[in-house]
Amino acid sequence: MLKTVAEIASVLAGFRPEALIIAGSAGGVDALLKLLPQLPPRFSLPVICILHVPGDRESRLAELFDARLIAPVKEAHDKLPVAGYTVYFAPAGYHLSIERDRAFSLSCEAPVHFARPAIDVLLESAADAYGPGLAAILLTGANADGAAGMARVHQRGGLTVVQDPADAQASTMPESAIKRCPPALVLSLAQIGALFPLLEKS
Amino acid sequence: MLIEAVYLKYNYDFRDYTGASQKRRVLHALAEMKCATVSELQSRVMHEPTAFAQLLQYLTIPVTEMFRDPEYFAALRTQVVPLLETYPSLKVWVAGCSTGEEVYSMAIMLHEEGLLERTLIYATDINQASLDAARRGVFNLDKMRLYTENYQKAGGKRAFSDYYTAAYDGALFDRFLTENVTFADHSLSTDSVFAETHLVSCRNVMIYFNKRLQDRVLGLFHDSLCHRGFLGLGTKESLEFSSYASRFDVVARRERVYRKSAQ
Repeated sequence: MLKTVAEIASVLAGFRPEALIIAGSAGGVDALLKLLPQLPPRFSLPVICILHVPGDRESRLAELFDARLIAPVKEAHDKLPVAGYTVYFAPAGYHLSIERDRAFSLSCEAPVHFARPAIDVLLESAADAYGPGLAAILLTGANADGAAGMARVHQRGGLTVVQDPADAQASTMPESAIKRCPPALVLSLAQIGALFPLLEKS
Repeated sequence: MLIEAVYLKYNYDFRDYTGASQKRRVLHALAEMKCATVSELQSRVMHEPTAFAQLLQYLTIPVTEMFRDPEYFAALRTQVVPLLETYPSLKVWVAGCSTGEEVYSMAIMLHEEGLLERTLIYATDINQASLDAARRGVFNLDKMRLYTENYQKAGGKRAFSDYYTAAYDGALFDRFLTENVTFADHSLSTDSVFAETHLVSCRNVMIYFNKRLQDRVLGLFHDSLCHRGFLGLGTKESLEFSSYASRFDVVARRERVYRKSAQ
């Protein structure tokens, strides 16, 4: 595991992210509560958050975080253009994708890994839309969703960051992703927070 | 490519469907139909009509539930029904009705509000197999628990089980619900308006369309709706980014119920 900011910065040197996706499942709300307040003020990238949430009721995540963050927080709706300086949350009960015209789209296709929204669906579509311009962070979770998506992000030249399984509340999700395709960075939650300002500058 | 070829040969137009979900569905079809490449799939589909019928099932998405987003049906009951009651006869269009869950939900709601007898419901879809399933009105018994919960949250006035007979693993819905329903093959991409309607319900259908096709479809609905007619969309859809935003008034913002503007 990399330790210093200088080491992390050297890995980031080749990347120019245009969008950031942060994904997780079990333990993800706690992780985001620690992580998102560390976003620098006026962080210029769109930050798209996706957690596994039950499909049978409205997700309140956007409201929850809107009250805690300086940046505007929105729920991603169909055909909403993806804009910078904004934090988005995937709604419950739909798959979320990003289209090539950089707008969100929703879909009621069957759940993937028993999840809707599924992390793989968002990451795979965003990897197609942004290519090397995508940075993706995969956090704690108790199933293997996200592993295929992170592999696609890597394959398309994007930056992949996975939470250190030892640091994660549930280790299956980060472990599965690391096993499937070694990420550019494996970091603790604290180090991921320190990564944000570097993403904007890289 | 494949989608263009399907249009030219079979006249099913998927060219303005959104990219990401269409790509997933074509990849899914490749795996299920055991084709190594898209061009292999394309040549099979071009030469075997049965392969096309199979592909069509993958390209369209028959995943829906009864009384999905119960608050939508609750909003129709409280804010739309009182105005629909003023008409001597009604026409309702459920566009992209898939396997019929939305149609039966609408019929049950209208029945409980005393409007079903004087309502004609047009239930349209491009997928003939889905329409056949919708006509049969048999739904998976496993789903009835979820549907009952949804029905109750939607302001249901009875026991949901009054509407169906359980047999084996299926729930057969009562025939009277579809007596005034016309199930019809209609493409939102290529067909035109066929009737004047008082309410159009088209939920989670246009999420699969790009903005151009979405605008075409909203144009169809606008033309079909009578003066001050109602339009219901899925709860994460919006008119906001369409060119029809100014031609509808908001009735219930969260529930996505709109009304054709007066001008």
